Amino acid sequence: MTTAPLLSIDDLRLDLTSGGRTHSAVEGVTFDIARGETFGLVGESGCGKSITALSIMGLLKPPLGIGGGKILLEGREIQSLAPNELRRLRGKRIAMIFQEPMTALNPLSPVGRQIAEMFVLHEGASWREAERRAVDALASVRVPAPERRVKDFPHQLSGGMRQRVMIAIALACRPDLLIADEPTTALDVTVQAEILDLMRELCAARGTAILMISHDLGLVANMCRRVGVMYAGRIVELRPSDDLFRGPSHPYTKGLVGSLPLLGSRARGGVRKLQEITGVVPAITAFPPGCRFHPRCPAMTDVCKTTEPVVTALQGGGRVRCHHHG
Amino acid sequence: MAESPLLDMQALAVEFTLGSKLFGFGDQKTLRAVNGVDLQVKAGECLGLVGESGCGKSTLALSILGLQAPTSGRIILDGVEVNATTPRAHLAKTVQMVFQDPYASLNPRQTVRRTLADPLRLNGVRDEAEITHRVAQMMARVGLRPEQADRYPHEFSGGQRQRIGIARALILKPKLVICDEPVSALDVSIRAQIINLLLELKDELGLAYIMISHDLGVVEHMSDRVAVMYLGRIVETGPWRDIFERPAHPYTRALIAAIPDPFKPETGAAKRVGGEIPSPLDPPKGCAFHPRCPIAIDQCKRMPGPDLVARPNGHGVACWRADEPVGDGAMPTAVA
Repeated sequence: MTTAPLLSIDDLRLDLTSGGRTHSAVEGVTFDIARGETFGLVGESGCGKSITALSIMGLLKPPLGIGGGKILLEGREIQSLAPNELRRLRGKRIAMIFQEPMTALNPLSPVGRQIAEMFVLHEGASWREAERRAVDALASVRVPAPERRVKDFPHQLSGGMRQRVMIAIALACRPDLLIADEPTTALDVTVQAEILDLMRELCAARGTAILMISHDLGLVANMCRRVGVMYAGRIVELRPSDDLFRGPSHPYTKGLVGSLPLLGSRARGGVRKLQEITGVVPAITAFPPGCRFHPRCPAMTDVCKTTEPVVTALQGGGRVRCHHHG
Repeated sequence: MAESPLLDMQALAVEFTLGSKLFGFGDQKTLRAVNGVDLQVKAGECLGLVGESGCGKSTLALSILGLQAPTSGRIILDGVEVNATTPRAHLAKTVQMVFQDPYASLNPRQTVRRTLADPLRLNGVRDEAEITHRVAQMMARVGLRPEQADRYPHEFSGGQRQRIGIARALILKPKLVICDEPVSALDVSIRAQIINLLLELKDELGLAYIMISHDLGVVEHMSDRVAVMYLGRIVETGPWRDIFERPAHPYTRALIAAIPDPFKPETGAAKRVGGEIPSPLDPPKGCAFHPRCPIAIDQCKRMPGPDLVARPNGHGVACWRADEPVGDGAMPTAVA
């Protein structure tokens, strides 16, 4: 059983029920994350990346629900666990940090207590013991003067400090998997860089795997060893991040890579027109038939309008879902 | 004598007084949001303005628009000084703004036609046929179908809404457009459309832009010149190539090093600056950047940061150590 990956998502389908109709918001999503690995999911708003993360945490609420497929933690199915079993898993084995730490933290409780709660709930520590360990946890995320800061309320901290507190809470019980959903989108670039360094360093030291979710392709490629690109509820391309950026295979990935004004590209190649992806992201209730990217795809042919492409393995590891990949 | 710039800011300062005195008690504090800024924008030029939140970028923009009176210093826009008595009509025909959030910055109860026609009516265009014509022309110009003029903002996608925002800014034919994070609220696959549109319009209409963005990739792509702002002051300014290839201020270097490079995973940590931007209510003594600066020396803690020192090619740097040789160990090298 030691060969089972840490997390295995197998043919996951997430359904959105609205007005008596059911739409598949996410369909056929399959990926593995090994112990200690960094894996990224990129995509635009509405592509299903965040609800995929929430489904792993067991936090989906109606009208969203798991419609099919499996979520396995070390080979054990967790998508149908009872709420109390899930609670033992959350925070202890799988932890999550969110985009806006102000709304994720309890505004009425000192941050030290919110960290200490983890030790009390998951490790049976006494509050006195837990509050002492909270100081160490805050020190480990490099919050200055942690013994004073534990008494602060979230509103007394800056955005970067709040995100450090979130990381301290998430990593308190040394989880096996940290899910980070747009963890730095609300932060300034210099603070973002520090938070990413911190996540990288702490997770590497503890052997914690990271599932990083972001719309920022450059950030994910920089942070993660492998990347899955989501479009309209499906993973359209999944590659080692080096390959993805240097030789994208799916037309959507090609479009995204070509559309980015990457730092340094003007100095190397002069001003060029950025590659545009025409059209707009479809709504969940109106995914097109056939390949979901076909209305926006420059390589579209008749088969794309009617037939959903199958998954093709790519050289060098990875896979793509396109009739005309190249 | 070179031609005078379209926008000329001279020793501009904007201060806010915070806290009120109740019966003569309580502290009043002065917040220097913009602190002695000298900056010019030439006609047809794009100036990129970068810096972290709280550095004063937005206050600077409001001053140029005539929405925030400067405490001291002057703003001369197209030959006219901007202050409380400047006629709004003159300002509206010279400078306009494109906002970050195309959802929040359009009136949901107004059709596109009304949003675009109102500025014309307010500025003395009376002929309805001309108004209809100019609205249709402007919609076509920004890539919208003129027959959609009677729709409401909610009927458009985010990218289309930003096109409406651009059309509204351009309908009075301004010479300067302040773009405040114009693409950061948009879907990634839509951003390139808007960036390309803004660059086309600049060339066609000879517009000048002030491009405020935290995305240095966008700033590098679009700007002719770049100004880097820290705690109310311009710490470095110059042609885009100098700023991005030969950044001289340690803060500029830190900003560039902070961008995750997709081709070089897990690098950059060595070049980080620690900490966060200090509160402008309680700025550090000496150079405002010294608490975070990797090369700060005693002088930086004692003496206020220097004024911009001119270098060749219109490059200016406000750092005591900017002229020391780069890469000999004392100064961290810029990104390769």
